[in-house]
Amino acid sequence: MGANDRMELAATIVLNGLTLAALYFIVASGFSLIFGLMRVVNMAHGTLYLVAGYVGYAVFEPLYDQDLWWAWYAGLAAGVLAAAVFGALLQQVLLGWMQGQELRQALVTIGISIIAADQILAIYGGNPRQFFAPDAIFGSTQVPLVGGYPTFRLVQIGVAVAVGVGLWLLLNRTRLGMMIRAGVDDREMLGACGVNVPLVGVAVFALGAALCGLGGVIGSTAQPLAMGQDGRFLLISLVVVIVGGMGSVTGTAVGAILVGLAEQLGQAMFPTYSVVLTFVMMVAVLALRPQGILGRA
Amino acid sequence: MRRGLAIAAALLLLALPWLLHAVLPANQAGFWTGNILGRALVFGIIAMSLTFLATYGGFVSLAQMMIAGVAGYALAIFVEGAVPRIVGGAGYALAIPLGVLAATLMGLLVGAIAVRTRDIYLLMITLAVSMGVFRFVETNITWFNGYEGIRNVVGPSLLGLDFRNPWVFYHVTLGTAVLLFAGVMYLVRSPFGLVLQGIRDNPRRVSALGYNVALHRIAAFGVAGFIAGCGGVLATIYNIGISPGTIGLGATVNVLIMAVIGGLGHPVGAFLGSLIFTVFDTFAATIYDRDRFNTLIGLVFLVIVLASPDGVLGVGARLRRLLGRRAADK
Repeated sequence: MGANDRMELAATIVLNGLTLAALYFIVASGFSLIFGLMRVVNMAHGTLYLVAGYVGYAVFEPLYDQDLWWAWYAGLAAGVLAAAVFGALLQQVLLGWMQGQELRQALVTIGISIIAADQILAIYGGNPRQFFAPDAIFGSTQVPLVGGYPTFRLVQIGVAVAVGVGLWLLLNRTRLGMMIRAGVDDREMLGACGVNVPLVGVAVFALGAALCGLGGVIGSTAQPLAMGQDGRFLLISLVVVIVGGMGSVTGTAVGAILVGLAEQLGQAMFPTYSVVLTFVMMVAVLALRPQGILGRA
Repeated sequence: MRRGLAIAAALLLLALPWLLHAVLPANQAGFWTGNILGRALVFGIIAMSLTFLATYGGFVSLAQMMIAGVAGYALAIFVEGAVPRIVGGAGYALAIPLGVLAATLMGLLVGAIAVRTRDIYLLMITLAVSMGVFRFVETNITWFNGYEGIRNVVGPSLLGLDFRNPWVFYHVTLGTAVLLFAGVMYLVRSPFGLVLQGIRDNPRRVSALGYNVALHRIAAFGVAGFIAGCGGVLATIYNIGISPGTIGLGATVNVLIMAVIGGLGHPVGAFLGSLIFTVFDTFAATIYDRDRFNTLIGLVFLVIVLASPDGVLGVGARLRRLLGRRAADK
C-alpha cells in the first residue's frame, strides 16, 4: 500500500468516525439536555429514537410511493413531532410529579421503554426499514483526500453542527435558555422568581426528545431501522455523556467525537476488539475525571 | 418467632416437590419443580445480588446479570464436554469454582470502576459496563464463540443423581439459595455489614470514623459478584449452555424488574419478584398474549414503581399497618 493510499484510508476512517459522531451527538444532546436540567436519566431515550423512526416512516412511505419530492421532509417532521409529543407526555403525566426521586424516575422510564418497544413491535412488525434520502442530498460528493463520499453523511455532519450551534445560542442567548441554566443551578429559586418551572421542564423534555427524534430519522436514513436500535442508542447516549460530561453541550460534542472516532478506528485496526476501545476510554475517564471531560464537579 | 418462620418456610420449600407431585399429574409436577420453582430460585439468586447491594449499600447496580454471565462463560469455557471446546479439560468440580471466582473478580472490578459514583450515575455506569461486556462477548469468536455462545453444559451428576432431573436441580438450587440468603443475613449483622449500611446512610461520617469507604464498597460488590456467580453457574446449567442473549439489555432489565417487583427493602424480595416474574413469563399466553409478554411485565413493573416503590414487600407492610390500625380503632 502506497503512502497515498494509506493517507486516503486514514482520511476515510476519520471522516467515517466524524459522521458517526455527528449522529451520536444529535441523539445524545437531547439526553444530556434533559439530564442537565431535570436530573432525569431518561432510560426511554432510545425508545424516542424508535418512535420517531417508525412514525416518520409511516408518513414517509405512502408519500414516497407517489414520488413526491418532499416525502422525506414530511417523514422527518412527523418523526420529530411524534418524539417531542411522546417526551412531553412522559414528563407531564409520569415524571413531573415525582421530581427529585431520581431512581424512581429512571425506573419509570425503563418500564415505559419496555412497553413502548413491545408495542412498536406489535404495530410495525420486526422487518427492518430504511428511509431514502431526497435527491438533493443523495448520491456522492468529491471530498479532498477521500474521493467520492456519500452526500447524506456530510449533511449529517452539517445537521449536527447546526444542532450544536442552535443549542448553544438557545441556552446562552435566549430567555428560555436563561431559565434552563438558572434551573440547573437552583430550581427552587427559579420558581420563586415567578417562572413556571414545571412548564419549562415539559419544554425541555419536548426539546430533548425532538433532538433524539431528529437523530432517529437521520439515523434511519443512513442505516436500517430495526428493533434493538433503542438499546443501542440508549447505550451510546450513556457513554457519550459519561465521557463528555453530564449536561454540557460542548462536553456532549467532545464525547460524541471521541466515541465515534474510537469506534471507527477500532473497527479498522482490530475488528473483534473494537468495542473494548470505547469502554476502556470510558473507564479511563471515570477513573481520572468522574464528572466527565467537560463536566462540572 | 422470625427464626421459626424462616425454618418453617425452608421446610415447606424442601417438601414442595412432593406436595406438587401429590396434587398435579407427574409431568406437570416436574415442570413446576424445574421450570418454574427451580428457575425462579436461580434468577432469585441473581436478583438477590442486586437487592443485597441496593438494600444495604444503596447501590442499584445493573451489572449483576452480566456478572452472572461471566461465571456462566467461565464455566462453559473450562468445562469438558462443552461445544465448541474453548479450553476444556476441567471437570465440574473445578470449573464451577472457577466460574464463581471469575464472577467475584468481575464484581470487584465493577465495584472499582463505579467506586466514585452514586445513585443514578452508578446505574448508568454499571449499565454501560455490562453492555460493553455484552457487545464484546457477542463479537468475539475466539473466546466466547460470538453470537452462538457455548452449548452442552449439562451439569455434573451428584452421588449418582443426574442434574437434569428437575427434583435434583430444584434441591441443589434451593440449598444454594438458602445458604446464600443465610450468608447475606449473617453478613449484614457483622461489622462489615454495619459499615456498609453506614456508608449507605452517610459515607462522609463513616469515612470520618476512620473506615475506608472505597474499599468497603468494592468488597460489597465482590460479595454481590460471588452471589451472582453462583446464580450464573446454575442458570448456565439450567439453560444447558450460555449465549450473549443471556446477558443482553433485556436480561439485565429483567433482573432489575424482578428485584423491584419483589421489593428492594429486603433480600427475600428478590425471590418473591423472580417467582412472580417467572409465573407471568410462563402463563403470559393464558393471561394476555404470548408474544406481548414484555408489555404485560412492563405494565406490572410500571404499576409497582408508580404505586408501591418498595415492591410487593412494601404492599404487604402497608396492608399490615392498615389492618393494625383497623384493629386498634375497634
